[in-house]
Amino acid sequence: MTGELLLGSAEISRTVRRLAHEIIENNHGAEGLTLIGLLSRGYPLAQRLGAAIEEFESAKVPVGRLDIGPYRDDVTLRPTAPLLRPSQIPGGIDGRTVVLVDDVLFTGRSIRAALDALNDFGRPARVRLAVLVDRGHRELPIRPDFVGKNIPTGLVQHVRVRFQETDGEEGVFIVGSEAARA
Amino acid sequence: MKTDLLIRGGRVIDPASGMDAVLDVRLRAGVVVEIGSGLTAGPERVFDASGAIVTPGFVDLHAHLREPGFEHKGTIASETAAALRGGFTTVCAMPNTEPAPDSATVVEALWERIRRDARVRVFPIGCVTRGRHGKELAELSELAASGCVALSDDGSPVADGRIMRRALELAGALGLPLSEHSDDPLLNGGGSMNEGVVSERLGLAGQPAAAEIVAIARNLALCETTGGRLHIAHVSTERGVELIAEAKARGLRVTCEVTPSHLFLTEGAVFGSGPAPLYDTNAKINPPLRTEADRRALIQGLKTGVIDAIATDHAPHSIQDKLCEFDAAAPGISCFETALGSLLMQVKGGELNLVDVIEALTIAPARAFSLEKRHAGIGSLTLGVSTDLVVFDMDTLWTVDAARFVSKGRNTPLQGRKLLGRIRAVVADGVLDDREGVARG
Amino acid sequence: MLELEEKRLTIAADGVHAWRHKDLLDTDTLSREDIDLVMSQADAMTEIRTRPVGKVATLRGITVVTLFYEQSTRTRASFEVAAKAMGADVVNLSATGSSVEKGESLIDTVRTLEAIGADVVVMRHGKSGAPYLAARYTKSSIINGGDGRHAHPTQALLDLYTMRQHFGDLAGRRVVIVGDVMHSRVARSNIYTLLASGADVTLCGPATLVPRTLESGGEGPRCRVSTNLDEAIEGADVVMALRIQKERQEGGLIPSLRDYIAGYQVNARRLARAKPGALVMHPGPKNEGVELAPDVADGVGSVIEEQVTNGVAVRMAVLYLIATARRP
Repeated sequence: MTGELLLGSAEISRTVRRLAHEIIENNHGAEGLTLIGLLSRGYPLAQRLGAAIEEFESAKVPVGRLDIGPYRDDVTLRPTAPLLRPSQIPGGIDGRTVVLVDDVLFTGRSIRAALDALNDFGRPARVRLAVLVDRGHRELPIRPDFVGKNIPTGLVQHVRVRFQETDGEEGVFIVGSEAARA
Repeated sequence: MKTDLLIRGGRVIDPASGMDAVLDVRLRAGVVVEIGSGLTAGPERVFDASGAIVTPGFVDLHAHLREPGFEHKGTIASETAAALRGGFTTVCAMPNTEPAPDSATVVEALWERIRRDARVRVFPIGCVTRGRHGKELAELSELAASGCVALSDDGSPVADGRIMRRALELAGALGLPLSEHSDDPLLNGGGSMNEGVVSERLGLAGQPAAAEIVAIARNLALCETTGGRLHIAHVSTERGVELIAEAKARGLRVTCEVTPSHLFLTEGAVFGSGPAPLYDTNAKINPPLRTEADRRALIQGLKTGVIDAIATDHAPHSIQDKLCEFDAAAPGISCFETALGSLLMQVKGGELNLVDVIEALTIAPARAFSLEKRHAGIGSLTLGVSTDLVVFDMDTLWTVDAARFVSKGRNTPLQGRKLLGRIRAVVADGVLDDREGVARG
Repeated sequence: MLELEEKRLTIAADGVHAWRHKDLLDTDTLSREDIDLVMSQADAMTEIRTRPVGKVATLRGITVVTLFYEQSTRTRASFEVAAKAMGADVVNLSATGSSVEKGESLIDTVRTLEAIGADVVVMRHGKSGAPYLAARYTKSSIINGGDGRHAHPTQALLDLYTMRQHFGDLAGRRVVIVGDVMHSRVARSNIYTLLASGADVTLCGPATLVPRTLESGGEGPRCRVSTNLDEAIEGADVVMALRIQKERQEGGLIPSLRDYIAGYQVNARRLARAKPGALVMHPGPKNEGVELAPDVADGVGSVIEEQVTNGVAVRMAVLYLIATARRP
């Protein structure tokens, strides 16, 4: 990955542990929690958060994955369409405290799609949002509850998160800043 | 207007006389009067034919002019104009019209139309049975007397062997050949293409080769029994050619023809050349395009003389007849304007011999239906009598564009294909069709 | 299975699909990648169908017309459920009978459908090749829901999907297709997907109903052909029985249904010669007690109901891919 490294492997790890603590604190423990990671990179993040919570609380937290592809609002409008993947939410979401987990929060449209998707799985007691990076530029009234790092960016820039599980490397990068300066 | 013309320096091929040399041909009042080297020009116009081929006008034993009854597909005027375009100066018209020529009345009405509209010489073929229904014999003596040159039920083969036998006996006595689309309708089963690999691939009901083979065998047996004159229309199978060869060896009075389409194409034309099937209704024809082995046997049959004639089976159809599902499409190819082009491609490719092709387009078909006895000089360049000839070059490569056909039928599987040879002039019944203005001055 | 799924997840990370075909007319022009794509999208659709709300709105604004020139309840219902599960609007048109017979009308019909905004036309027609004609004359996407005896691509894909659910990879698996192969669009389309998947295909049935041209060695696809089911079924992983039409008896292609049953019914005795755990499939509708003995049709190896369920998911996948095919 080329681009400017914002968070390295160790920083990501520290940030995940802090986010796990915040989620536990907010929920007064791990009881009733279900973590749902948005595919692709929200899912490994949710798995890491789940592992951290288990370590801190000695309680297993269900971790699910959600493909928002079918819920995107531009599927039939764009020249290309997403490859759809099966979602999986162990134990369902009825009455649970669902924490949606994603790597980068940007316009908020992915989270809107994820909230739509959750409707089809059941009725959670409440829904929270955890993200590794909030880069701003919201287009919808959506606000994260747990933020790893706020990174103000230009619109032409991109924040790229790379995880060992999905990409074979680890780091948060910012790309396109050269173009922004030019 | 009958033409006076000196055609100079062409390769003159007249299989009837065995002539094949670079010579000059003089026409006076539309009649070939002199063939020789270094003829001096008289008052007539001179046509420089150097590098070109000069042959007798082509004779087609099997064409569908569609009139009367199917004028939306073609008329005598439109289809004989197409014939002229393709070098055919004598055309035998198949009787699948409405009404069908099964009595003198219908034939006489047909002659009226021919005299009025035809651009080339047309001979009617009369029906074998009333309405071509295969049940009762048509008025055969009447048909002979009114000038029919052969008898045929065309695409409705005479299924009943007893009727076929009687027809051969009576037609034979009248001196008329019986041109039979040899096909067993029950075995054929109404398939819409050749039965085989391609039909299976396309999920289309196929016509087995056996349907043609058994019908040819039956017809040959009846020919032998009756001593009649049998003409096998558009033979399409390898085994069919073998049976005819054997019959000829036994001295039967049998002739046969092959179409340029069956010589040039195989069943694969229905599929097309792309990865996905085309279901090309323009490649739907009866009998169907067959296998490569069959095609090669037809080529061989032409070389060895087992196959006498090349006949177009020109069958114009309207757009709607072909722009539909394959099974629903009408069979037939509009062939007048591509026949010579595809044959010359095969000559160029070494599959066919030019002189064989010319013979099968001229004197051989004329003799098969004894046309030269009805109008002297048909199919040959006979001094003092012949009035038909064709001048064409061998080298012009052109692309088939059905939109530019003279025929009303745009139905060709050769659309967009490259063919060879351009007809430069045709003299039909003494009248010059000088399409390129080459004979000026 | 899980491992495969995980692998796909990784490969698919943030991916867009590469489907480029405007139409789905048969399986013969599908690449392995195309087939894998349908399978992976069907996985996603299968999961959607298991949710409390088994539908999504992905294809909202897309109009799917089912245009059936032949009677059908199953295929049409399956496509309709699939289209609705994807959020598309569905219009059902029947054109059975003689009113629309000629091709000109077929072209007119599809052009009219295009003009009223049909994005996808699912078409069933009694004449082989009819969807090819339609596809050439409309910008709407055509999905072949069965044409004559030629092709039935979504059936082949759902059959493949069902087999892959049980076996994963089909390479080297022995599939026996038994019955009226000659008149079967199901068999024709299955041959391509199965061969593309590396399966070993045997076509079995009465000599009058199994064209010899399908045998390997010729120009046709590489299959084995047999007229002896007892031999053909030996060691089979899958036995797929085809529907036998009663008209075949009238057409003289088989002496009687009794005769057919004696030679080609898949019964317990014959199935015992197949591999243990062999799958028994049938595209439906079955003739009770003809193609399959009742105890086999309802036996442990029978996956006939899975085929029907998978049909919806596979058709959702096909509709999704066609409706969102890469546009230039």
